[in-house]
Amino acid sequence: MAYTEEELKKELETKEYEYGFYTDIESDTFPKGLSEDIVIAISQKKQEPEWMTEWRLEAFRFWKEMEEPEWANVKYEKPNFQDISYYSAPNKKPKYNSLDEVDPELLDTFKRLGISLDEQKKLAGVAVDIVMDSVSVATTFKKTLAEKGIIFCSISEAIQDHPELVKKYIGTVVPQKDNFYAALNSAVFSDGSFCYIPKGVRCPMELSTYFRINQAGTGQFERTLVIADEGSYVSYLEGCTAPSRDENQLHAAVVELIALDDAEIKYSTVQNWYPGDKEGKGGVFNFVTKRGICEENAKISWTQVETGSAVTWKYPSCVLKGDNSIGEFYSIAVTNNYQQADTGTKMIHLGKNTKSTIISKGISAGQSQNSYRGLVQVNSRAENARNFSQCDSLLMGNRCGAHTFPYIETKNKSAQIEHEATTSKIGEDQIFYCNQRGIDTEKAIALIVNGFSKEVLNKLPMEFAVEAQKLLEISLEGSVG
Amino acid sequence: MDLKDKLLSSFIAFENNVDLDNPIHEVRSEAIKNFEEKGFPSKKEEAWKYTSLNNLQKVDFSVFPKQENTLEYRDIKKYFLHEIDTYKIVFIDGVYSSYLSETTHDGVDVCLMSAAFNKPMYKQIIELYFNKVASKDESLTTLNTAFSREGAYIYIPKNKAPRKPIQIIHFATGNEAALMLQPRNLIIAEENAEVQIIERHQSLTGNEVFTNSVTEIYAAKDAIVDFYKVQNDAKTASLVDNTYISQKDNSVVRVHTFSFGGKMTRNNLNFYQNGERIDSTLKGVTILGEKQHVDHHTLVHHAQPNCESHQDYKGIFGEKSTGVFNGKIIVDQIAQKTNAFQQNNNILLSDKATINTKPQLEIFADDVKCSHGCTIGQLDEDALFYLQSRGIPKKEATALLMYAFANNVLESVRIPELKKRINKIIANTLGVRVGFDL
Repeated sequence: MAYTEEELKKELETKEYEYGFYTDIESDTFPKGLSEDIVIAISQKKQEPEWMTEWRLEAFRFWKEMEEPEWANVKYEKPNFQDISYYSAPNKKPKYNSLDEVDPELLDTFKRLGISLDEQKKLAGVAVDIVMDSVSVATTFKKTLAEKGIIFCSISEAIQDHPELVKKYIGTVVPQKDNFYAALNSAVFSDGSFCYIPKGVRCPMELSTYFRINQAGTGQFERTLVIADEGSYVSYLEGCTAPSRDENQLHAAVVELIALDDAEIKYSTVQNWYPGDKEGKGGVFNFVTKRGICEENAKISWTQVETGSAVTWKYPSCVLKGDNSIGEFYSIAVTNNYQQADTGTKMIHLGKNTKSTIISKGISAGQSQNSYRGLVQVNSRAENARNFSQCDSLLMGNRCGAHTFPYIETKNKSAQIEHEATTSKIGEDQIFYCNQRGIDTEKAIALIVNGFSKEVLNKLPMEFAVEAQKLLEISLEGSVG
Repeated sequence: MDLKDKLLSSFIAFENNVDLDNPIHEVRSEAIKNFEEKGFPSKKEEAWKYTSLNNLQKVDFSVFPKQENTLEYRDIKKYFLHEIDTYKIVFIDGVYSSYLSETTHDGVDVCLMSAAFNKPMYKQIIELYFNKVASKDESLTTLNTAFSREGAYIYIPKNKAPRKPIQIIHFATGNEAALMLQPRNLIIAEENAEVQIIERHQSLTGNEVFTNSVTEIYAAKDAIVDFYKVQNDAKTASLVDNTYISQKDNSVVRVHTFSFGGKMTRNNLNFYQNGERIDSTLKGVTILGEKQHVDHHTLVHHAQPNCESHQDYKGIFGEKSTGVFNGKIIVDQIAQKTNAFQQNNNILLSDKATINTKPQLEIFADDVKCSHGCTIGQLDEDALFYLQSRGIPKKEATALLMYAFANNVLESVRIPELKKRINKIIANTLGVRVGFDL
């Protein structure tokens, strides 16, 4: 059967969110609204030390003075910050020692998401720190990691068990007052992941966290802190799905990466939160601040596959502070129906001989708007800085938009910067060429879209590439083979 | 009193000098209202992120020249493209100089805005075209509209072409004090008409000069307009050049901007494509030193199918200079089969020089080919070595390579004498004298 672009478009429109179910788990939820009392209450609930409570309050005071940013190329109804509950934790405590003890409903949820814990444990060799709403419920492979001296736990545990590390590094890359959402997150973050790789250790497995927004009307504020000590290596995965909700849900996460001398961090994200229905109703607001700092000879690599969320506002960045440090950004952003994405990266070159690579692929379909916004900044002391940026957009249908806002600021004469961007559709000649060689149109589109995103998909770790493919399928089914 | 207040109060005096019954009066009043509301753009605005007008606002500019100044042709001959015969529209401190000019009404109109505003025979055209494509809410444009009185008026009727190119030159003597000028040009090329225009702003004084110029260009069906902006002004002169271009079916408009001089230059170049199969070309060469600042802000709005646009801006930045390029391409949903290309290449010669560039695409149609490329780099060491090994001194070799770098833009200049002149200016700017014609 011949498969035309028309049919593909129709299918895309009617494609419902596959993971849109809702698990009924009793939650311990705070009243709605935000005040100093709530911030203190969150901190107390988590039995945090005093310095942490102070730190949160400081952030809250900054936040009160700040205004929501409006420069992004997205339109949405602003969330009412007093109408959100800032804490929600699954009720069934204490923590489980084995999977049998875990709430069967929860396990069922994971199964439907395709994250069977035991299966993952055996087959993929991935340690999974699952964040269900806000509190870490299960952590696996902790032992194996502990032998190497690697700390991989929830950030609340880290605050209890390793306060010296958290205190030293939290807020050093993304300060509390960095921006509106970072300040909000700093004040109310409920949980998240913490990872520390000791000197010279190469983390033997991919570390992975699955995020999920579950309870109605609760925002999720994750805080992730990854520290790779001198000469270490870690690959960190983050993936997310969320149930179908009509009400807009807010997600304002902060991720901080610290790569000390000669360390390397690879951070991969697959994001597939509920994008809203085909009328553009509902969906997750995803306002994330992600930033990493590279000391000498260090390397940070961001890879992201963004297919979900109604509104995405996300700029994983690298501060190349040390000499010879390297920053990389590989991104696929797919928008469909009424989704809006404003995403990109910042590469700040401070050290000598620093290098950065940006590969961004945007695919827009339906009536969606997809923007790339990036900054490459070379400071006057960053001798021999090198940057290569490429942002390509693929448009499917004539009611969507693709936008590019690259900022390039250079203050050093030895800098070499290249930027290129293209916008195109799937060429009739390309499809014709495939048809001519006996590949039907459906497969041809799949082939082309796949080829278009290949550069980025290739950067994902093996275990994750499969997941990424799966998520791409949901957004653009029929076009990815 | 800051510049804004000064301008607002001089508007009343200005109005007393012009005909209040003229329909333009209303346009001016609207415009000043907008400027009063918005004021000068600040760095907080995205469009002015990299260019500040703060220093200019502190200068006590004289808004109207108090006395008429005259100039001798032999003193200023070098600023004209005198090698070829041209029509000339010359202004001294914003006042028309009939002595230095050569205008015509022979088949085509090459004359003055003041004449077009006041003579009944131009009434219809002014109503049809004046302030139609120019922005009604961009503050500096509306400031110019409010004070619009003088400038070049060029009207080329259907199937006509003037016998020779037209030069528009604005001199600022600034003998009394710092001077602010606001020329307003209107250029209309009717169906199948063709015209070549060279524009230049020249300050002859050590006093500060601030020019806020607005040019409207209308190219009807099949018309061809070539516009060359030579910006090689004194280091005390600042220029904000707002150019608005409206194009109809099959028309071709090429704007070349050569920026070598001036203290601060801001070029707002806006193309609106209101027809099919249109070709728009925007090219520029910028070579700066000292503490100069040049900001190229371009917009190409593709509103109809099957059109093309080509942008190519080259910049060489030395010493403490700053270069800005902000190119925006908008492709509307109905503008299918659009080909839009944008290229911006820069060379930094000094660690104190800065380049900020933001090539921007906003695309709503799917069957398009749009691309932009942007590079920042240095001269090729190997090429430099090659030239030196063949006995060309380093300075000359550097100049040669820079010249080659900028040559792409010069290739499409269609007046050979102008090309030669630009080459000379480039050689001068680079401070070299090579044995052949650079």
